[in-house]
Amino acid sequence: MAVTRETAAAVRDVEQYKYGFVTDIESDMAPKGLNEDIVRFISAKKNEPEWMLEWRLKAYRHWLTLADEEPTWAKLHFPKINYQDSYYYAAPKREKLASLDEVDPKLLETYKKLGIPLLEQQMLAGVAVDAVFDSVSVATTYKKKLEEMGVIFMPISEAVHKHPELVKKYLGSVVPYTDNFYATLNCAVFTDGSFVYIPKGLRCPMELSTYFRINEKNTGQFERTLIIADAGSYVSYLEGCTAPQRDENQLHAAVVELIALDDAEIKYSTVQNWYPGDADGKGGIFNFVTKRGACRGKNSKIMWTQVETGSAITWKYPSCILQGDNSVGEFYSVAITNNRQQADTGTKMIHLGKGTRSKIVSKGISAGYADNTYRGLVRIGAKADGARNYTQCDSLLIGDKCGAHTVPYIETRNPSAVTEHEATTSKISDDQLFYCMQRGMNQEEAVSLIVNGFCKEVLQTLPMEFAVEAQKLVGISLEGSVG
Amino acid sequence: MALLEIKNLHASVAGKEILKGITLNLEPGEVHAIMGPNGTGKSTLSNVIAGRDGYEVTKGQVLLDGEDVLAMAADERARAGIFLAFQYPVEIPGVTTSAFLKTALNAKRRAEGKKEIDAMDFLKLVKAKTAVLGMPYDMIKRALNVGFSGGEKKRAEVLQMTMLEPRVAILDETDSGLDIDALKVVSDGVNSLRSPDRAFLVITHYQRLLDYIVPDHVHVLANGRVMATGGKELALELEAEGYAKYLETAA
Repeated sequence: MAVTRETAAAVRDVEQYKYGFVTDIESDMAPKGLNEDIVRFISAKKNEPEWMLEWRLKAYRHWLTLADEEPTWAKLHFPKINYQDSYYYAAPKREKLASLDEVDPKLLETYKKLGIPLLEQQMLAGVAVDAVFDSVSVATTYKKKLEEMGVIFMPISEAVHKHPELVKKYLGSVVPYTDNFYATLNCAVFTDGSFVYIPKGLRCPMELSTYFRINEKNTGQFERTLIIADAGSYVSYLEGCTAPQRDENQLHAAVVELIALDDAEIKYSTVQNWYPGDADGKGGIFNFVTKRGACRGKNSKIMWTQVETGSAITWKYPSCILQGDNSVGEFYSVAITNNRQQADTGTKMIHLGKGTRSKIVSKGISAGYADNTYRGLVRIGAKADGARNYTQCDSLLIGDKCGAHTVPYIETRNPSAVTEHEATTSKISDDQLFYCMQRGMNQEEAVSLIVNGFCKEVLQTLPMEFAVEAQKLVGISLEGSVG
Repeated sequence: MALLEIKNLHASVAGKEILKGITLNLEPGEVHAIMGPNGTGKSTLSNVIAGRDGYEVTKGQVLLDGEDVLAMAADERARAGIFLAFQYPVEIPGVTTSAFLKTALNAKRRAEGKKEIDAMDFLKLVKAKTAVLGMPYDMIKRALNVGFSGGEKKRAEVLQMTMLEPRVAILDETDSGLDIDALKVVSDGVNSLRSPDRAFLVITHYQRLLDYIVPDHVHVLANGRVMATGGKELALELEAEGYAKYLETAA
């Protein structure tokens, strides 16, 4: 009943706020800028219940108070973003093209290099062909199977309606709307994302992926993902497609929240390849992402693996809050920056429970004029008896115009805790390149091989299909970095 | 026409002339040994042929089957069939010997217009080649040259050579740092690759290696020039008398 009332209220909201935007609604685009009406507009577009709208508005009002709190501590340089100069709800439909012939051949060349099958190329390019529908029905088949097992896997906008009790309980419980400038903005204006619930004791038999879902419903730049693994369950989730986005300097401020209850395990893998801008640093995505997982239950485990090759600017620290006794957090990262790209990325491992363990393996690769920073925090709370952390940060430099920086923070409030930190910085040597080339590899193959070797420990934590793609991506993103 | 022709080759490093007019002809099937004291340009010669950066060829030619080698990039030379067994093989952390071999082999196959070798065929091939060379197969699972002993590194070089089947193989002081057992394994490997259509240029300091890899021709290199050429007996003579007389002549 409550839901019905809320829906009715939402409908009223739609009626109420639609007048100002008549033409815009038809073109499926909110006016430029950000204000409460825009937040209401987005909520109305999603036909959201009142409580969801209220939450968004709370976040928005809080965000207004943060005007001077846009984070500046990261080693990143970019012009101040004018938040009134963007669209917060643009039609998610991309331009529909009649066939692959109309797609930029350079884009297709990249897909080919990535080994993405033709069908997926068509999907990624937004080509309206029948095959896409075939593929959607394939996805639906899986969905049905998953449903039978009790897995909930759907757009978060749909979950708001179908599973409001779960969304209400967990949304914002790991990343509250007051968390940080970008996360707060996301709370106010998020457009869509994934919702996953794995029921008690179920080992989800297939990798869940945004791959097909994103194609099914082109989500915006403010994604919101919420994954809950109930007691004793397991899920492996893959995020992001490897398609380069063609967008110009755009803000991408996603929030991901993971919750692992007793004995549950979540493995979250990302391959991020948003458009990095051109060689001179023009264009590209500003990727300001808040990802955090809570190991709420005892013996729970959250493992983040990320391969970050895209974006002009990456600001991202997938973290674990280790609340449950004997819970485990792991973070494996490869961050590649080339040309004028900048990345400030790492993790936070917050040990609260007894016997909690965390492991951090970070591989940063810089080429061109790029800057790459590992920034990490290991915090051991007073009650975290016997907590352990192992951190390994390796940086690889290609050329002499780029930078690698390591900023590890360790705070221990428990004398029984053990933390270890190892860091190395190395360069691809001329000797290594010549050696590979003397065996017949061209320079790009040689760089790709050497860098893949450097990242191996991280790449091998990815699910098989993803690992192959990631290896190729490593090579592609460093093309032209030597000589 | 010789398989590899080196004609009046002059090369400098940082403005200093190291090679002062080298002429050599390697016919298919031949093994040529180059001997000489330290610092006379032996390694420079191998690096110039293989195309390492930092060497400037000021005069002369290197031709492979009549093709201008010096006009090619290092990787093109390799794919054309020039193989250099390194004096100091380079470590490639995280890259298994197997992955390295496969990448190299496929680069060559692509250049020859063949399709890439599939994983099963590749493993069969490596298995066969390691068996012939008497090497432990498990070696290919280790990161290339990382933590390898001196002997293992040189064996890995020979394994690569065996897989890539070059036209011309240059061995740059392959015997350095090897004990007698390792020397024998490596030499056996090289000997098994001797064939009527392949030529070897064996660069060494000591005659010892040439007891195992018996050359057809021996050249003495001193002060950037070939000072003498002879048969395998020349190596024995050098072992007995040293390089003194060639250095005097050069000076």
